[in-house]
Amino acid sequence: MTTKNGALREAALVLADGSVFEGEAIGADLAISSGEVVFNTVLSGYQEVLTDPSYAGQIVTFTYPHIGNYGTTALDDEGRRPHCRGVIVRDLARRHSNHRAEQGLDSMLRTAGVSGIAGIDTRRLTRLLRDTGAMPGAFGTASESDLLAAARAERGTDGVDLVAKVTTAEPYFFGSGPLKVVAYDFGIKTTILRCLSEIATVEVVPASTSAADVLSRSPHGVFLSNGPGDPQSVGYAVDAIRELLGEVPVFGICLGHQLLSRALGGSTYKLPFGHHGGNHPVRHEASGHVEITSQNHNFCVDAESLGGRVNVTHVNLNDGTNEGMVVRDAPAFSVQYHPEAGPGPHDSRYLFDQFANLMKNGSI
Amino acid sequence: MPKRTDLSSILIIGSGPIVIGQACEFDYSGTQACRVLKEEGYRVILANSNPATIMTDPDFADRTYIEPLTWEVVARIIEREKPDAVLPTLGGQTGLNTAMALFERGLVGVPGTPELIGANAEAIATAEDRDKFKQAMLEIGLSVPPSGIAHSMDEAMKVIETIGLPAIIRPAYILGGRGTGIASTPEQFAVLAANGLAASPINEILIEKSIAGWKEYELEVMRDRADNCVIICSIENFDPMGVHTGDSITVAPAQTLSDVEYQRMRDAAFACIRRVGVETGGSNVQFAVNPLNGDQVVIEMNPRVSRSSALASKATGFPIAKIAAKLAVGYTLDEIPNDITRATPASFEPTIDYVVTKIPRWAFEKLPGTSGVLGTQMQSVGEVMSIGRTFPESLQKALRSLEQGRLGLGCDPAEGQLDSVSDEELLTLVGIPTPERIFQIGELLRRGVTIERIHDACRVDPWFLDQMSMIVEERAAVAGETPSSLSRASWRRVKRLGFSDAQLAHLWSVDEGVVRTAREAAGVIPTYKTVDTCSAEFAAETPYHYSTYEDENEVRPSDRQRVIILGSGPNRIGQGIEFDYCCVHASFALRDAGFETVMVNCNPETVSTDYDTSDRLYFEPLTKEDVLNVIAAETAAAGGRSPKVIVSLGGQTPLKLSGQIPVELIAGTSPSSIDLAEDREKWNALCESLNIPQPPGGTAVDLAQALDIVDRVGFPVLVRPSYVLGGRAMQIVHDREHLARAMAELSGFGSLGKEGGLSAERPVLVDRFLEDATEVDVDAIRDHTGEVIIGGVMEHVEEAGVHSGDSACAIPPQTLPSWVVEVIESYTAAIASALDVRGLINVQFAVAGTNVYVIEANPRASRTVPFVAKATGVPLAKVATRVMLGATLAELRAEGLLSRSVLLDSPSTVAVKEAVLPFSRFPEVDTALGPEMRSTGEVMGIDDSFGKAFYKAELAAGTVLPSQGTVFLSLADGDKPAGIVVAKRLRELGFGIVATPGTADYLGRFGHVVDAVVGKVSEGAQVTAVNLIASGDISFVINTPQGRGGRTDGEAIRKAANVHRVSSVTTVEAALAAVQGMAEQLHHPLDVRSLQEHHGR
Repeated sequence: MTTKNGALREAALVLADGSVFEGEAIGADLAISSGEVVFNTVLSGYQEVLTDPSYAGQIVTFTYPHIGNYGTTALDDEGRRPHCRGVIVRDLARRHSNHRAEQGLDSMLRTAGVSGIAGIDTRRLTRLLRDTGAMPGAFGTASESDLLAAARAERGTDGVDLVAKVTTAEPYFFGSGPLKVVAYDFGIKTTILRCLSEIATVEVVPASTSAADVLSRSPHGVFLSNGPGDPQSVGYAVDAIRELLGEVPVFGICLGHQLLSRALGGSTYKLPFGHHGGNHPVRHEASGHVEITSQNHNFCVDAESLGGRVNVTHVNLNDGTNEGMVVRDAPAFSVQYHPEAGPGPHDSRYLFDQFANLMKNGSI
Repeated sequence: MPKRTDLSSILIIGSGPIVIGQACEFDYSGTQACRVLKEEGYRVILANSNPATIMTDPDFADRTYIEPLTWEVVARIIEREKPDAVLPTLGGQTGLNTAMALFERGLVGVPGTPELIGANAEAIATAEDRDKFKQAMLEIGLSVPPSGIAHSMDEAMKVIETIGLPAIIRPAYILGGRGTGIASTPEQFAVLAANGLAASPINEILIEKSIAGWKEYELEVMRDRADNCVIICSIENFDPMGVHTGDSITVAPAQTLSDVEYQRMRDAAFACIRRVGVETGGSNVQFAVNPLNGDQVVIEMNPRVSRSSALASKATGFPIAKIAAKLAVGYTLDEIPNDITRATPASFEPTIDYVVTKIPRWAFEKLPGTSGVLGTQMQSVGEVMSIGRTFPESLQKALRSLEQGRLGLGCDPAEGQLDSVSDEELLTLVGIPTPERIFQIGELLRRGVTIERIHDACRVDPWFLDQMSMIVEERAAVAGETPSSLSRASWRRVKRLGFSDAQLAHLWSVDEGVVRTAREAAGVIPTYKTVDTCSAEFAAETPYHYSTYEDENEVRPSDRQRVIILGSGPNRIGQGIEFDYCCVHASFALRDAGFETVMVNCNPETVSTDYDTSDRLYFEPLTKEDVLNVIAAETAAAGGRSPKVIVSLGGQTPLKLSGQIPVELIAGTSPSSIDLAEDREKWNALCESLNIPQPPGGTAVDLAQALDIVDRVGFPVLVRPSYVLGGRAMQIVHDREHLARAMAELSGFGSLGKEGGLSAERPVLVDRFLEDATEVDVDAIRDHTGEVIIGGVMEHVEEAGVHSGDSACAIPPQTLPSWVVEVIESYTAAIASALDVRGLINVQFAVAGTNVYVIEANPRASRTVPFVAKATGVPLAKVATRVMLGATLAELRAEGLLSRSVLLDSPSTVAVKEAVLPFSRFPEVDTALGPEMRSTGEVMGIDDSFGKAFYKAELAAGTVLPSQGTVFLSLADGDKPAGIVVAKRLRELGFGIVATPGTADYLGRFGHVVDAVVGKVSEGAQVTAVNLIASGDISFVINTPQGRGGRTDGEAIRKAANVHRVSSVTTVEAALAAVQGMAEQLHHPLDVRSLQEHHGR
């Protein structure tokens, strides 16, 4: 970034296909950062995105050019630290302005050890990713050839168990609501915990926790969180979910939705470039109502593969992909998108009430 | 839910003439609505008094009524057409108020009458009635500033005791904040409360605790009948609270709100639209945010499509009005495709990957006496929008789009004006919002004054200030460079911050061409990105571009012949919607004829900047650099084949660029012919060779030369600068002293001085002024075979000396002998041929007795083209455009495009155009008309006699011609003979007459004894015209000025009439026409007739 003292670190972004973008280094001082390059179209909420554990293994490109305008605050962290591998922006605000801000984004990135690159034609990058799909890439102050090598060495997120890297090591409690919920942490966001804590006392458990262990905690319901990467690589969680189904009410979000689907015998597949943004229209099939939703996923549930075991409750209006379901023969439901928002619209928060109803009355 | 089939015909109420606060954004929205509803198979009936609009083209509705927008007239239209529904939410405040007036009389919105669709009466009342709105917001838990309602001064005083000062006063049911103000002292409060009570049609004001200095935001919301709500765009104002949003610099999307705060605001906006009860369509909700703690309050909501929705549509590519029209007939958002992606539905929230900046344009230089300070009442007459990847780029592009002599944020010759102002003075100045504030802030930053100090002084958010600081720092960084020394990286950085080549040329004291050459040699050329509603997430089908300096260009290649149409930039007095009409028609005509059309413009209010008006839209400033860049990009995309460029339809803006564009690219009349008409000496020679008389005169660059001319031709003279539209700075000068003053103003201090002053290329024209002459305007078209058609001959109502744009005019001429009209037509044809015109030409004549003098000729589209087209049924702009691209009139006749004027077959039809003036917003300005144009818009009256048409035009312009009461008469000596006739007619119609002593005495001598004689205000008389007007005893004022200058009684009387909203006329010709109109009104009730019927379709 251009700073007042003129310090400017030239850097480049190189994608696995050899595309090169020139820019300037921001954030932590790393010669090379690599990961799967994805884009996000939110206009506000950059801090929530960068600290969302679901971005583990990925480099996030913001399509909106000015990032960092309102600074950062610990209140907006979605995880304990940023889990993404890097950030790509057109322009990083050199001065932020907002009464909530505690520090600037650059400073937050440095503290967290995350590097970024600014000055990039992020629209060119987005158009490329839209056409080719999410792609491995590397950026930093290293030479272009080293960056290209790093990009090509990056194996992406397919089949990688990124959940193991972001889940909590030990169980912990959050909030003190009337019911009791055990939440699987596949990379859980703080806003989800906040929403759940309004209805329940939440005990957050590691991703590898067994069904028996969960049931021994006598929860009113089990929550399956969001998280990074490919659902196929989290087989242990699928097994646990299969055992929990029918025993206790279950609610899943994002990766949790995909894992629930797999536990029901369904399949998941990778979308070309995923859904990452805060403006995706989803139709609630029962009411016909359109919800504007926050989304962040590369993998998707094949609703056909679930046969007659579920009712599809939500559909993405942009591409017709599955966005939600209710299990017919067990008290369980899930959505692909992020009803908690953070960042994003609040149109779908009713789903948490639905979960409370399911726990209290056995039906949503 | 599919569209409603229980409706078959829908009446759309338009917004009437262009006035401050209600401009061509409603032509844009209304045009979209008409189009969509017709496409959906509804029978569309349109009522709008403004002939300069696209929407009133007879093709856009099944029945188009160019009639006054009063409830009585619209009721006549309803009676005649019996529509099933009325759509009132697309015609601005006028549409809404007219619908409410009809509702209150049980004529719409109640069983047995047309249904109100879009918003019902209850919703409109909840949003528009300040008290109801406040209660509604409190009810749903939203905060509003503490406030109270008053209907009288007593109530106002009680409210202010509880709320405390400073307070803001807002009248109910007004548009553009008219009558609104902030009071800091009890004295100011008393004045503002009284004005506000007078301004409100229901004598109601809201008194609100002032939160000036808070941050201001706007959200554009849409809702469908399934209760789906989406936000189309968030807007953050650069100017904090205290400046009307229409007068604020605004930026999209919001820049300094965290997502947590933004989502809270979004929730509040939805709660607001649901509570108010806008069932379908677009609304905007305004918020204020306390920068210290984030507290949010709701300021107001518009339950209709607004100026902000036009901006939001252009800023995002989401066509709010079009979608609103579809929602009004029952569709839901998810049933409507997104036009731009075509693959995704309209039920989403646009996300953008650029920054949009809107800057208003004001006309204070035309309204002497105004303070130029911005406040809660809107005063701007137009606006520009620009798109850049970052705020600095977008801001600088917007500043140069304004066409006010500024090249960007400083770094231009005009910045020298602030050299002598100290830091302390500047810090004081930036605390007062004015059009200059942005430049003053730039100057403070350049001087190194800290952002904290500047923020403390002006309350502009530090983020904006820091972004501006990046601009001035970059300037310092490259100041020591030269065009050849600058590295590629530096070129890229400076261009990415929005610097124009012209700014760099100023910085380096070189020619702009040198900068361009060096920049291109460094390989730094603009790329064009696409506005696509989705930040590139999906492929866009609609080519709507803006320039920036990035890696990738998105203009798609094609091999059709391209025609670039240069638009007219921001609306201003003298150059407005009429020129946009011509540009849009050009695009339509050329698309139909198989050309690929490319529009370049920077005005977000217009139809021309709708993404589907042309094959491609470039939202760009109309400067040499930006236009040459578009030409280069289009040439490259066509594989090197040059486009044609149309410069003669958008007014002076593109015309001024004609010399910068390769001559072989220009379509139509050659620039040398344009120059021939503008160059005084060549023009004189041409007229002499044709034996066409001109008023004697000459050109001068200084006072000595001007005096020489006057010695030769005698006083009075008309003094005006060359190359301007709208009679800017034009004056009638009666003596040497006044001449000296006029020349000094033109060369140094006036607005022209700011643009570089006078020179041999830009001299002052000094001509003998023909007193009492009749002015005549002619629009004609000539093709390359030499055939000329006369579009229309317009006779002005006001005498020569009143600017043609401010004068009413009639087509066909009403008082000229037919042989004089034929002479005028012959002169016009001869001039068109001598100038080798290919396309439109406008010629102005003055007729004194039977002597016809030519005043000037302009081989380009004039302001009257749309009026003539509506009056005659001939699509002049379309025909002219085809002619410019090589078609002959004979071919167009054969094709059916060029039709015969309907007036030839219906000789009794008369169309009258009347100007609409902005005086009600500027009580300090004298309303007397003069050679400087001040009208913002126009209306048309059409009927089967002049009196009827004139009456309609006056009614449409807001001048109520009374049917009874007392008329005040005060006439200049020269006007007194005509006054005899006026007095005689008034008596016949049963009016009382009050007059000044001189007028009364004169009339008495001819047997017209007046009822009362009033004394002079300036002599301290007890009973004066001003008292009588204030007390409501006068129903009409006829006051003609004794010549300009000095604070006369007449000025006080005209201002009083303006403030108390008593209709007045300031010329004797208008008085004669008015009494004729009053007579018609008494003898024949007003009847309505559609344009299609007038045109025999």
